[in-house]
Amino acid sequence: MSAQQQTQEQAAFEVVAGVCDPELPFITIGELGIVRAVVRRGDQLVAKIAPTYLGCPAVKVIEEDVLNALLKAGFNATVERQLNPAWTSDWISESGRKKLQANGIVMEEKGGRPRLFTEANSRGLPPLFPEASIVVCPHCGSSDTNMVSRFGSTPCKSQYCCNACTEPFELFKCH
Amino acid sequence: MVDAKDTDALYQCVVQIADDHLIIGHRLSEWCGHAPMLEEDLSMPNMALDMLGQCRHLYSYAASLEGKGRSEDDLAYLRVDREYRNCLLVEKPNTDFAHTMLRQLYFATFMQLYWQALGNSRDETLVGIAGKAEKEVAYHVRHAGEWVVRLGDGTQHSAMRMQTAVDHLHGYAGELFKVSGDYQHCIDAELLPDPRVLQAPWQQCMDAVFKKAQLSMPDAPISIEGGRDGLHTESFGYLLAELQYMQRSYPGLAW
Repeated sequence: MSAQQQTQEQAAFEVVAGVCDPELPFITIGELGIVRAVVRRGDQLVAKIAPTYLGCPAVKVIEEDVLNALLKAGFNATVERQLNPAWTSDWISESGRKKLQANGIVMEEKGGRPRLFTEANSRGLPPLFPEASIVVCPHCGSSDTNMVSRFGSTPCKSQYCCNACTEPFELFKCH
Repeated sequence: MVDAKDTDALYQCVVQIADDHLIIGHRLSEWCGHAPMLEEDLSMPNMALDMLGQCRHLYSYAASLEGKGRSEDDLAYLRVDREYRNCLLVEKPNTDFAHTMLRQLYFATFMQLYWQALGNSRDETLVGIAGKAEKEVAYHVRHAGEWVVRLGDGTQHSAMRMQTAVDHLHGYAGELFKVSGDYQHCIDAELLPDPRVLQAPWQQCMDAVFKKAQLSMPDAPISIEGGRDGLHTESFGYLLAELQYMQRSYPGLAW
C-alpha cells in the first residue's frame, strides 16, 4: 500500500468519525466508538460501522449520513455494517462521555456485562437482580438516584430520577 | 470450512431462531397502547424492537445461506404457517400481564444462555449477532424477572394470577431445549450450541426467581411441543394473518 493511499484512508476515517449521531446530535459517531475502520477494496473505500444495538432505527440514517459525508468530501466510497467485535458503551471516548454527561445522560460502569440471576455483581451485591453500578446524577453529582423505567425514549437508554435534586436524567445502557 | 450439507442445515436452524424472535416480538408489540402503565407501554415495544432487530439480522443471514435470492422480508412475511419453526411458547397469546412476563422470562433467560454459548461458534456472523444480542436480552431477563417476583410476591390476587400463568405455560418450556435432525448436524459441526446443555442452568435461574416470588414450580410431566416441526396452535393463524397482512395485500410494500 502506498503512503498516499494510506493518507487517503486516514483522511476518510476522519470524515466518517466527524459525522454526528442523528439521535444525539451533540456527539460524533467517532466519539460513540461505532466507526470500526475505513479500508480499501479495489478503487473504493469501505467504511465499516458497528450498530449500537441490533434493532437500532438510527443505523440506516447513520449509514446514509456517512455515505453522504464521504461522497461530499470527494471519496469513492461505500458503507458496510460490521458486528464483530460487538459495540459496548466501553467504546465511547472520554470526550464523548463528558458530552453525554453535560446533556444529562450518564453511563453504566466500564466493563459492565450482563449477568445471570445466580451470579453476584462486581460490587458483591446479592444475586438475582443486581443493578450494574451506583448511578450518579449528572446534574448534582448525588448517588441517591432511582430508576424510573428500564426502557426509555430510545432502546439504548433507561430513565432515572435524582432523589437529591429531583431532576430526571437518562442512563446509557451497557449494550 | 462450511460444506453444502452444513449450509442447508444451518439455514433451517437460523430460520428457527429468527422465527422465535419474530413471533414473540409480534406478541409483545400487541401490548403497544394497551399496557397497564406508561412505563410498560414503553418497555414492551422496546423489547419487541430488540426482538425485531435480532431476527432481521438472522433472516438476512439465513437468506444469504439459502442463496435463492429471497430477502429477509420474504422469509419473515411470505411463508405459510407450516413453514414457521418457532416453538409454541412464543406464540402463546398474551392473555394477561402475568402470562406475558412469564413467557418473556422463560424465553429471555433461555436466550441469554443460548447467545453466551453461541459466542463459541465457528460461524463468525453468528458470533457477531450473539455478541450484541446477549447484552440486549439481559435487560429483558431483569425486567421480566422483577415483574414475576413483584406479582408472585405481591397481593393474594396478583400471586394467584402469576401462579395461573405458571400452570398454563410451564408445559411449553421444554420445547426450547428440543433438538431436530438438522439441529444435531449443526451441533456436530460446531456451528450451534446444544440447547439440552442449557436446561440445567435455565432451571437453576427459574428456581431462584420462583423461590423469591414464592411461586411453586409444576412438575410438568407433559411437554407440549409441535412448533419446531411446523405444527402450531390455533391462535398462530390469527397472529400470522395480522403479521403478514400488509405484505399480502400490497406485495413488495416498502417504507
